[in-house]
Amino acid sequence: MRIIVLAKQVPETTEVTVDPETGTLRREGVPAIVNPFDTYAIEEGVRIKERLGGEVTVVSMGPPQAEAVLREAISVGADKGVLVTDRAFAGSDTWATSCVLAAACRTLGFDIIIAGKQAIDGDTAQVGPGVAMHLGIPQVTYVRRIDQIDGEHAVVERLLEDGYEVVETPIPALFTVVKEVNEPRLPSLRGKMAARKAEIRRLTADDIGVDSKRVGLEGSPTRVMKVFSPPKRSGGEKWEGLEPSEAAQKLVCTLRDSQVI
Amino acid sequence: MEWLDYAGTEEQQMMRDVARELARERLAPAAEEYDRSEEFPWTIVKEIAAADLFRVFIDEEFDGMAGGMSIHNMALVTEELSWGCGGIALSFAATALGTLPIIISGNDGQKKKYLPRIAGGTIAAFALTEANAGSDAAGIRTTAKKDGDGYIINGTKQWISNGGEAEIYTVFAMTDPSKGARGASCFILEKGMEGFGFGKKEDKLGIRGSTTRELVFQDVRVSEENRLGREGTGFMTAMKTFDMSRPGVAAQACGIAKRAVDEAVSYAITREQFGKPVAANQGLQFLMADMAMKTEAARALVFATAKYIDTHEKRSTKFSAMSKCFASDVAMQVTVDAVQVLGGYGYMKEYPVEKLMRDAKITQIYEGTNQIQRDEIGRALVKEASREAR
Repeated sequence: MRIIVLAKQVPETTEVTVDPETGTLRREGVPAIVNPFDTYAIEEGVRIKERLGGEVTVVSMGPPQAEAVLREAISVGADKGVLVTDRAFAGSDTWATSCVLAAACRTLGFDIIIAGKQAIDGDTAQVGPGVAMHLGIPQVTYVRRIDQIDGEHAVVERLLEDGYEVVETPIPALFTVVKEVNEPRLPSLRGKMAARKAEIRRLTADDIGVDSKRVGLEGSPTRVMKVFSPPKRSGGEKWEGLEPSEAAQKLVCTLRDSQVI
Repeated sequence: MEWLDYAGTEEQQMMRDVARELARERLAPAAEEYDRSEEFPWTIVKEIAAADLFRVFIDEEFDGMAGGMSIHNMALVTEELSWGCGGIALSFAATALGTLPIIISGNDGQKKKYLPRIAGGTIAAFALTEANAGSDAAGIRTTAKKDGDGYIINGTKQWISNGGEAEIYTVFAMTDPSKGARGASCFILEKGMEGFGFGKKEDKLGIRGSTTRELVFQDVRVSEENRLGREGTGFMTAMKTFDMSRPGVAAQACGIAKRAVDEAVSYAITREQFGKPVAANQGLQFLMADMAMKTEAARALVFATAKYIDTHEKRSTKFSAMSKCFASDVAMQVTVDAVQVLGGYGYMKEYPVEKLMRDAKITQIYEGTNQIQRDEIGRALVKEASREAR
């Protein structure tokens, strides 16, 4: 089975602060890590390979230093790393990014694509689904378990707020996974050595046949107006020790006062 | 905090990093639970194997990742794992101990048969000690009686680390009891052989994340191919094994000592009394300085010895004994001091330092008590000086 895992290099968010003047993230000197949700995607890809045979190729779009993500993926069992990198990609939003990654996947060939449910920096959860849309293949998001998988179809459990649903899909398909899906392994010594020696293939806009006008800042329909921290949610009011009738009356009054009802 | 780095090559840096991540992510968080349950840490041992760490002391020719001798590798990994949990780390170190007789005295066929399995994570054990033969190892009573083209083994081994959990055992038995030490031979036994059973599991003070059991041999038949080296060379194999394994015990002691220093100092900077952190008191700073200094001195001796073993043909008995004796004494002192730094909290099981103290104690005892180590060092000094005087 040809498995592609999409992975992103992100700043370690626990270390990131927001510049109160400009509202932008202060990224300088912040260590870069593999997006934590993608580590589950890598592990799941490696587990499927170990069960069914095949190859896991990890694909990342980013600047040259994002190569570190691919080497780390190889140290935990991925076979190959491909860095999709081009100055033309700079400033891509989720639409343009998924367009680029879809083109890279098409160039490489695949049976399934696995991605983390979202990246911890942007938190959009749009790139995985976007890639599936651009490729015109089925997608199942928030997968918490891959039950059955073969060359024809897969049966997976998709996490919902109040339970899960079982989804059957033909293959090729794209899955985004949640952290319940597995417990990622730690790097092995052989994996680390393979990672050090691995040749990371690089693909540019030309290599994957994307029009550089449709990607990057120019090709991105999203315009960032302002970056700000949302106001902290204030805790709700709590009334205790009231008789049920009293409580009901108080509740109705309060809701009426605040014009909810 | 920063410690001196003894990972020389890029590969050694990688194995140290792999072991360190395992120690922090897996061993340390599980240590308290295994200390309580005294169960064998199979889940973690499998991860140690999956991380290729059992390969670091085995030659590439046999699916290992070491070029030739690799006590240095073994010590690096043991120290890191022991930082996480001295007990769980013993599953690794005791496997290395059980493997050394095969590396030292095995023929090519024996190495081909057993070393790749161990490299892949089949654990091993070393069986010399008996109820009446501890420091006086030549006093073992387990016998291996010649029978046609093989041997019949009878006897009982005591306090065997990894006993009952390991698949491969290097067992010492008398092939000729009349010859004393020169009548001992070493055999490779496998779990499941007819007549090979296990006795009680010991309830220990420390290193409770490891398993210690009795081995019972009742007419266990082994072929001649299971004998390591010539008949009568068993005692020599055991002594050569200790030369190489004692730096491993020393590395375990260093890992425990490092952890004690780390825990003590990080506690001392956060614990406030009289309106300031207790670490601001010179009395405590001096104590912590001594702890860190002794630990670094022990590490220097251990890794210098490990390198000596890897690069010299001749035996390292004196240096191996020094490193084991010194490092384990340091680990004992430093862990007792760490409990002192944490005060009442240090005495409670809720904090990790009392376990360090209990774990450290065994390093002064096994693979030769520290009295035996001093005896070895003293005898070596006298022997060397007498030779030079001549």
